[in-house]
Formats: sequence, C-alpha cells, structure tokens
Amino acid sequence: MELKEKLVSSFLAFEEEYTGANDDLHKIRNQAIKDFETMGFPSRKEEDYKYTSLKSVLKEDYSLFPRKENAIEYKDIKKYLIHEIDTYDLVFIDGIYSSHLSSTTHDKIDVCLMSSALNKDLYKPVIDNYFNKLAPKNGLNSLNTAFTKEGAFIHIHKNILADKPIQIINFSTGNESSILVQPRNLIVVDENSHCQIIERHQSLTEHPVLTNSVTEIFANKRAIVDYYKIQNDKLSASLIDNTYIEQKSESFCSVHTFSLGGKLTRNNLNFYQRGERIDSTMKGVTIIEGKQHVDHNTLVHHIEPNCESHQDYKGIFDEKSVGVFNGKVVVEKEAQKTNAYQSNNNVLLDDKATINSKPQLEIFADDVKCSHGCTIGQLDEEALFYLQSRGIPRKEASGLLMYAFANNVLESVKIPEIKKRINKLIALKLGVELGFNL
Amino acid sequence: MLKIKNLHASIEDKEILKGINLEINPGEVHAIMGPNGSGKSTLSSVIAGKEEFEQTEGEIIFENTEISEMDPEERAHKGIFLSFQYPVEIPGVSVTNFMKTAINAHRKANGLEDMPANEMLKKIREKSESLGIDRKFLSRSLNEGFSGGEKKRNEIFQMAMLEPKLSILDETDSGLDIDALKIVADGVNNLRSKDNAVLLITHYQRLLNYIVPDVVHVMVDGKIVKSGGKELALELEERGYEWVKAEKAV
Repeated sequence: MELKEKLVSSFLAFEEEYTGANDDLHKIRNQAIKDFETMGFPSRKEEDYKYTSLKSVLKEDYSLFPRKENAIEYKDIKKYLIHEIDTYDLVFIDGIYSSHLSSTTHDKIDVCLMSSALNKDLYKPVIDNYFNKLAPKNGLNSLNTAFTKEGAFIHIHKNILADKPIQIINFSTGNESSILVQPRNLIVVDENSHCQIIERHQSLTEHPVLTNSVTEIFANKRAIVDYYKIQNDKLSASLIDNTYIEQKSESFCSVHTFSLGGKLTRNNLNFYQRGERIDSTMKGVTIIEGKQHVDHNTLVHHIEPNCESHQDYKGIFDEKSVGVFNGKVVVEKEAQKTNAYQSNNNVLLDDKATINSKPQLEIFADDVKCSHGCTIGQLDEEALFYLQSRGIPRKEASGLLMYAFANNVLESVKIPEIKKRINKLIALKLGVELGFNL
Repeated sequence: MLKIKNLHASIEDKEILKGINLEINPGEVHAIMGPNGSGKSTLSSVIAGKEEFEQTEGEIIFENTEISEMDPEERAHKGIFLSFQYPVEIPGVSVTNFMKTAINAHRKANGLEDMPANEMLKKIREKSESLGIDRKFLSRSLNEGFSGGEKKRNEIFQMAMLEPKLSILDETDSGLDIDALKIVADGVNNLRSKDNAVLLITHYQRLLNYIVPDVVHVMVDGKIVKSGGKELALELEERGYEWVKAEKAV
C-alpha cells in the first residue's frame, strides 16, 4: 500500500484512540485528512518542489504509531543537547513525550506539551486563537494537522523574558522498523516578551526515519523570538520542517538553521509581517556531502510599511550532494519603506555537486529597498596561497577558508554555547584541525 | 642561501620573468627595484611557490635544495616567508588563531609537538608588543577591515612569529605613512641576523633609508639589468628608470 493510502486508512483508528472531548480539534483533524486526501504529497510538478523529489523518502513502509516510549537514558543523549547551560527541555522519543528527560514549567511561562494544551480547558483560549491558524493549507501541513497529537506548547505571557532557553528535541529510535513522526509545535510569545528556542531532530537508529514537523510561532507586539535549528542527523533520516512565523509590530524574530547532515532535508520557512517596524532574520549554514540533499524554501511576506527582512544562507557542497535555495520575498503595495535583503552564497567542492539557487522577488510597492545576491564558486586561490605561504597545508587551508566562509553566519547567534557547538560541528565537518579552542 | 639561475616564468603563456639570476647569502639584505610591470612581484610569488605561475626554465635553490617543485607550504616550512603586497582578508579567523595554526603547522612539518598554549601566548605578546600592536587587534578577524598600515604591520608580525630564514617583503612600504614605515622597518631590522636574509621588493627608495640594503638590483622587463650598492637606489630615485633602460639598450 502506498504511504498516502496507508495514512488515510489509519486515520480512523488514530481518531478513536486519541481524541478526547475536544470537538473543535476533532473537526480540524477531519477536515485536514480530507485535505490531505485531496492534495497528497507534493510532487516535482509543483514549482516549489521542482528540485526536491520526496519519492525516495516516501517509498518506505513507515510505522505510524509506535506503541511505547523506548527507554533511553540521559547519558545516551546528552551529547545531542546543549547541556552546558541551564535550559527547559522538551524531549520526545518516537513522538512520545519523555517526562524523565524533560524539564517543563508553568511558572510565568508555559513550557509543556501540545497534548495537554489541546485537551485542557485552561489552554483552550490560546489553542482557539492560534492553533492551525498560520500553516498554509497544503498536503504536508494537512497531514501533520490530521495526526496532531504531540509536540511542544510554549506560551510566554506578557512582559516576560523567559529565564532560560528552551530545547525541543525529537529522538527517533524506530526499534521496530522505519518510522514516521509528526511533531506539532505551537509557540506564542505575548507582548514585550522574549524567548530563545533550540530545536533538533535526531535519529538513534539505522532504520529510515521521516519527520514531518509543523511549528507555528506567533510573536506579538515588541516580542523577541530567537530560534535555532540544528540539523545534523543520520544518513537514514529525512526531515521536512515546516515553520511559520507571524509577527506583530516592532517584533524581532530570527531563525538560524544549521543543516549539516541527513538524507533529505527540506526547510519550509515562512514569515508573515502583520504590523510595522518588524524585523525578520533568517540565516542558514549548509555543509553536506555524499548524496545528501538540503532544500531551503523561504518566504517573507511584507504586508505593512517600514519593516525589514534579512536572509543570509551559505552552503558548501561536496561530492554528489544537492542544495536548493528558493527565497521568495513578497512586498505588498501597502508595504512602503520595506528593506529586504537576501543573499545566498555557495561553494561547490566537486564537479558533481549541485546547487539550485532561485531568488523570487515580487514587489508591488514603489518606495522600497530590496536586494538579493547569489554566488556559486570555488575557493579563492589567492587566499589559499596566502595561507599556504604561512606553512598551512593546502587541505587544512581549504578547510580553514570554508570554515571562515560559513562561520560569519554565526555572528548573530546570541547563545554563546550554541555558537561554540556549531563552530565545533562545522570545523569537524570540514576536517579542520583548528589547533585552537573556539 | 638562495640561488636563482636563469629563471623563466609565465602566466597564461605570457612570459613575465625572462631569465633571472640572483644570489643571496645569509646576513644580506637585497633590494629589487624597478618600474611597474617589470615582474618584481611575480618573482616574489614564484619564489614562494604560487601555482598560478608556470616556471618554464631555470632553478631556484634554497639552502642547497632545488625547491621549484615544492608546494608553497613546504617552502614556508623550509624558512621562506613572503610578506604580501595585498594581504588577503579572512573573516572568521582571528589573528591569534591564525598564528597558532601557522606556527603549529611549521612545528608539525619539522617533527615537533604543538607549541604549549602558554608559550604561544607569551610569544604572541612579546612580538606584538615590540611592533606596537594593540591586544584588541589580535582578536580581530585576519586582515578584515584593517587599514593599509595595519595589514603591513600584521605581515611583519607574522614574520616575527615564524622567524623565517629568508623574508621577501613585497612592496611592504606601499600605502604606509612615515610613522608606520618606521615601525615596520624597525620590526624588520630587529629580526636581522647573520643567519637570515631579506629580499625587499620596492618601488621607491624611501624604505631603503630605514632598511639599508647590501645590494640593489634593478629589474626591467623580467630581467635584472643592473646591480650595485645602496647608492644605486639613490641614483634611481633621482634619475628614474629610463637611464637604466637606455644604458641597457646601448
């Protein structure tokens, strides 16, 4: 049976097992499965998936409902966490919440579970206001909505600075077989509030894992949200990450995506600016090799005047790896004085490596500053010679240059431990023996 | 120390060096002067091993070893240092970290362990202080946003750290004001000893007031056409290069 049919036919059983009293949710799910049935998975015929085929990851016979939480000890997973600092942790194993690995809170901020938020009256106003209000209707989002069960629920109340970063970590063990997981996260940051979030999907098995994750983020007036995605998964794991952010006036949101490993990674990242003087920042570093595939599909929708957006994606592609960058910026007629900046720089290390880079600017306002630039190149020979002439062997010099090329995206990372960790991962990935501590 | 015999080199089939002969002994300072486009910078790049240039003929013998086939890093490990006319900016790598990487690469090539961190820091501190380099400067990205003077001073700092046998200074004086020039020249003079040598590539005589050469060569159209003592530099400053060319033509 094809995955689509399998999913559709499993839906009833899923509903019976998990739906409690919440009628609204029941309706949303039922509509979503109908939408998925109509739309299905995206194919390469769609413009947005022209360079990314999901075929190879959809052919697996994924198990949809793991029976129980697999036992994992903290020591086994410590290295995947940013453990050097105090954080709130939401840890999920095969889509199921792991209480003994997590630390949640309801003290001034809610860092807890989607499953409880969906079913408790206390959270109903927030769910009614925000849940499934942002993710555009498409096959993947509808599929996730139909099977929404678990994920992170984060609500930062008005005038609160979250006292520590929040980590959302999804582990896959797939002990039984290959597995499909669909985390669903909702993050609401009220006026004048601030939070930092770190997200990671990590497979602990050699069986294929497919993650179809949907995250909706709402940044209200003057809110600040910094989001870090660490994608450094096994070659058997694929990720479709769908992240949607709505910003109100004077809010500041940034998303950093570090794509360093995985079979296929697709990042759908959309920003909707509903207010003035908003700043949206998205940055990415992609370093892959072998037959890995990383696709960044971004959208910034400038709806009102006096807002800014900054996009800076760097990629290094070796062997037969494939990169895609599709950055769409829409500036509505009302969005005068918009300042939108986009840049995508790539280094190809092998004749067989590919990058498809496509900026898409749709500008309907006349008083705006929009710039975009894309480069594809090799390493600078003059710089290599400079380093070699100082005694640094060519291989190391190349590593150092690539490191330097990718590294400046890290400047805007606000959590030093993340900066250190990513620095280290990048250096490791590039085989740079830096000979110094970063 | 360095013996260059009948050196020819070209880039994209265009011959730039057309038979250079040059011998530099330990303890000596040589200056090569010449008009723009005469091949001075090409000569320094070829000695340092830049692959862009093809050495079509001749020999480069350094410390009794023919080095023409060696990679730039191997030449560096043997003790050749090139101070760049246009040092390359490398964002994301601090001066200190770059220096540590370079020093340890040299040590590794010579079969030594990495330099202990405290020893490294001490050396960096000493050498930077002697060149009047601010400590903040050391944590900045290599050459990024440096002024012309800062870049050149940084080159001399690297030279001081690596302690080469042969230092080639390619137009190190260009873009320097008189104070910066003095600092750079003092730096070079402090490193001089009976065991090492310096090759200065320069356009103007000015630098030679501060780093006094033993031999001055004039290079025109890919060849050394005249050699002499330090007084030759003064003569060139006064009369330009035309008379050398004319003399050669006769």
